[in-house]
Amino acid sequence: MNFEEYVAKSLILAPAGIAVPRGQLCTTPDEVAVAVRSIGPAVIKAQVATGKRGKAGGIRFVSTPPEAERVASAVLGMTIGEYRVERLLVEEQAKVAREFYAAVLNDAQERKPLILFATEGGMDIEEIAAANPDAIRRLPIDIDDTPSAADGRVVALDAKFVLDDSAAYRQEEIAKLAALAPMTALERLAAEHGLKFIQLDGNVGVLANGAGLTMTTMDVIRHYGGRPANFLEIGGEAYTKSEIALDLVLSNPGIKSLVINFCGAFARTDVMADGVVKAWKELKPSIPVFFSIHGTGEEEAIALVRESLRIEPYESMEDAIQAAVRVAQ
Amino acid sequence: MIVRKSDKVIVLGITGRQGTFWTDKMLAYGTQVVAGVNPKRAGEYHCNVPIFASTADAVRETDGSVAVMFIPPSVARHAAIAAIESRIRLLVVLTEHIPAQDVMAVLAAAARHGTRVVGPNTAGLVTPGECFVGIMPAFVPSVFKPGRVGVISRSGSLGTLICLKLTQAGVGQSAFVGIGGDPMLGTTSRDALEALDRDPATDAVVIVGEIGGTMEEEAAEYAKTMNKPIAAFIAGAASPPGKKMGHAGAIVLGNRGSYASKRKALEAVGVIVVDTPAEIVPALAIRDLGK
Repeated sequence: MNFEEYVAKSLILAPAGIAVPRGQLCTTPDEVAVAVRSIGPAVIKAQVATGKRGKAGGIRFVSTPPEAERVASAVLGMTIGEYRVERLLVEEQAKVAREFYAAVLNDAQERKPLILFATEGGMDIEEIAAANPDAIRRLPIDIDDTPSAADGRVVALDAKFVLDDSAAYRQEEIAKLAALAPMTALERLAAEHGLKFIQLDGNVGVLANGAGLTMTTMDVIRHYGGRPANFLEIGGEAYTKSEIALDLVLSNPGIKSLVINFCGAFARTDVMADGVVKAWKELKPSIPVFFSIHGTGEEEAIALVRESLRIEPYESMEDAIQAAVRVAQ
Repeated sequence: MIVRKSDKVIVLGITGRQGTFWTDKMLAYGTQVVAGVNPKRAGEYHCNVPIFASTADAVRETDGSVAVMFIPPSVARHAAIAAIESRIRLLVVLTEHIPAQDVMAVLAAAARHGTRVVGPNTAGLVTPGECFVGIMPAFVPSVFKPGRVGVISRSGSLGTLICLKLTQAGVGQSAFVGIGGDPMLGTTSRDALEALDRDPATDAVVIVGEIGGTMEEEAAEYAKTMNKPIAAFIAGAASPPGKKMGHAGAIVLGNRGSYASKRKALEAVGVIVVDTPAEIVPALAIRDLGK
């Protein structure tokens, strides 16, 4: 779960006693002009939960209210990454003596929290970390070398905050302010039903159980020259939601065929097949559907599909996928 | 982490819907489930298994050394640490969506007490023909059969598919080690690879990986030192970057966790990486692997 800079500064850093520049959150050019009148020379920062804001023209320095109003008009409504700019953080300009980078993160390899400190600014810290991990050192910081603004203060000029999705239920106040990734109408509908749906630009629909099997179904579609139309997982506890899942994949415009690939471990294929059969009667799919069913509950599931839908599931998932790709082309 | 028929298993959360369903399946397959835990139902029997108020009581009374958790995420930390402090040797954490802070606390406690944790968010462990612990279809004869190939998988559904491909071709498995779909795990691909390398009943290994993290790259480091043949399938070649693909761990951030990086690392040390699950068996056959 990602957050915009203003949330990180006001809800995380400031309450922890870390100084942040004086600033104001604005949503219109007028508000920005008023803010600059009281703040003086300012930096206008597009609030989007993505990197490369500066390079995209979303971070701008202004001196006067009219200039601020003009710049704000240009930045509001811009698209940076996937996000449209709807909010601007207007902050006092800081004279920077030295720039540093600090991070607290969960280190998957060490299975411990890790504090990183880099003696260079954090513009492309991810790239530096990937290309040359040694450039980021865990050095003891000499007290005379403490990061500072020209006037000697230590100020957090930028901030990025990510909340563990699994912990959101116990951070409700913060989670409410999460920057949601832009979603299509179908993706939003899926999310309302607790399903993870990613709409893609292909024409072969995918309905599978479990993240690994769903990704693999997409991979094999592409391997045989087809283009997957979606990611949709009904794994874990969601395996009982195959009715709504079928509705979602069939609603994806441009879909020419559908692969239903069940490989039951925890997810029972009989329960999933039952959901599909129920939804089928309502939805009456007009495109060809290709089944592959194996694992927990497979005998009941295969019998159900055979008898209720008069469709013979394929022996192998590769055969089902090849057939679906052929029809879609 | 290779489970044996002699292992005595304690089921945490045995009385729930899933706990009940899978305890019955484990017992029917031959797993020695010796106890269940539910503080409110101590003294009763469920699935013909005695229930105890705590894991500590269950360990004391039954000598169980393996525990499997059917426990919701909000209380998983408490249950896992209680099991670890009861001197459980192997703890299988099936629970998905446990907060990372809690996972770190559990793994730190496990390190202090010498407990092997598998998971979180794993589908469990299978030793075909002997027993299984977790939520895998060990009992479906088209999926699992005894043999000499070890399988390591982050995903339960995809691991099931790979074992099905092996079994359909007549290739049996020595062990299935589900390590879990979370980014932070008690047992990594590399840990599982080391265990299967040491296992005299395993002649070859299949690594079933997916995009995200660096576990496959770390496993490749160890694979370099192995004599047993290894084949791999990595899911996610067609997945868009920057999106979490269902599993919390399956996300490509920048260059980190990409399909290309994993494939390159594995191929560099002689692992055969295949494009579709159906190619796994031919890949093993290249190495003249007897059935």
